Amino acid sequence: MESTIIKSRNFNASFGSNHVVRNVNIDIPRNQIVAVMGPSGCGKTTYLRCINRMHELIPGATSEGEMLLNDEDVYKMHPIFVRLKIGMVFQRPNPFPNLSIYDNVIAGYKLNGIKLPKAERDRIVEHSLTRVALWSEVRDSLNKKGSFLSGGQQQRLCIARAVAMEPEVILFDEPTSALDPISTSTVEELFHELKANYTLIVVTHNMQQAARVSDKTAFFFLGELVEYDETRTMFTNPKDNRTQNYITGRFS
Amino acid sequence: MAQIETELQLLKTEAVNMWTLVNSQLSKAQQAFLTFDKDLAREVVLKEKRVNGNELKIDRDCENIFALFCPVAIDLRFLLAILKINNNLERIGDYAEGIAKYIIDAEAPFSDEMLKMTSILPMYEEAVNMLEDTQTAFEKEDTILARRVFKKDDLLDDVNKKAHHVLEVHLTAHPEDASQALWLLSIIRRLERVGDQTKNIAEEIIFYLEAKVLKHRNKFV
Repeated sequence: MESTIIKSRNFNASFGSNHVVRNVNIDIPRNQIVAVMGPSGCGKTTYLRCINRMHELIPGATSEGEMLLNDEDVYKMHPIFVRLKIGMVFQRPNPFPNLSIYDNVIAGYKLNGIKLPKAERDRIVEHSLTRVALWSEVRDSLNKKGSFLSGGQQQRLCIARAVAMEPEVILFDEPTSALDPISTSTVEELFHELKANYTLIVVTHNMQQAARVSDKTAFFFLGELVEYDETRTMFTNPKDNRTQNYITGRFS
Repeated sequence: MAQIETELQLLKTEAVNMWTLVNSQLSKAQQAFLTFDKDLAREVVLKEKRVNGNELKIDRDCENIFALFCPVAIDLRFLLAILKINNNLERIGDYAEGIAKYIIDAEAPFSDEMLKMTSILPMYEEAVNMLEDTQTAFEKEDTILARRVFKKDDLLDDVNKKAHHVLEVHLTAHPEDASQALWLLSIIRRLERVGDQTKNIAEEIIFYLEAKVLKHRNKFV
């Protein structure tokens, strides 16, 4: 039976007086890929950033309601611990430009002051890069700068950086919107590999990508979660007219 | 209007035109059958090429929309339904052509007595009505009307089932009618297939509009 890893109850988020996420209730199943879609400004990215408490870093940003990770309220945990458990990959690949590929992968440990023996660091680097299907491409250039890689490779390096911390959940905020179709396809294949070990939540503007990669899809509109169902159902027989209008391109 | 909406609207118009053409083929074959009009029957045979041409055009347009617009939800169901309906209509066109060919080949008009005893005339009438109903149901997006088609098919099945026995009894007394009886039985078999194809069309209309799959299920539950 599938278990729930992330659970939101009556979750709200605002920027000052701007109420951008309204009363969201959602259960994210473990080891599945959940796509979050909706028009610009619908609150999907804000909701994503609330899951690992990135939202509160913005001045004036507030939130209320429950956000549970394994039934524990993430807002009662230390935010650094939350972000160790819930990694994030952003729209544009953002490897640390001055760090080598090797150091990029273990940056999370270094920045959090976690000291590891060299052999353990080597193991983590190889393991993480293998997980993102980058090891064979960079094993001979680990000391080169991360910025030396192509856009698609850089994004996989960022995923490796998130994977290196062994999180339970990885959040992706439009992870392929800056990539060409071949790199996009590589990252999408990677999603399926990663799902065995992690739960992935992917915000995407690309509906075909949501359809291709996810097990479940959530549709947000004007801050509300309009519909949340199996992706197959959402793209063949959505229940809400707003979802149907959005996915068929009839949104006005 | 989104481009896909324009494309789907054009496709719907093409499908309706195909329906009208096939309906006209079936009705003309009926008229030729009733009046033993061989010229009209020849017209049906000639126009079958147009039915085939329309089928290919609709298939190609569906393929293009799939490739270019990646349809989902109701658009996807609409396209899948059109593909199948298109195929069903083409088959009905074939049956109309088959009936017309019998009329061209037949030596004399069918005897009133045999027409009456087989109930082929009300059967033919109902087959044409069923096809008209599916067209109206499709155009008006009326699934209640589409569902009525299933019930109407009962008459066609009933006539088909009894025809063999009725003609067998008749031929015992009138063996000279054997040739006509075989023609009639063939036409009845074709009309029964028209009914089945029309039921498939009704199922597709319901699938497209309600996302329900009725295939291989009891339609009256």
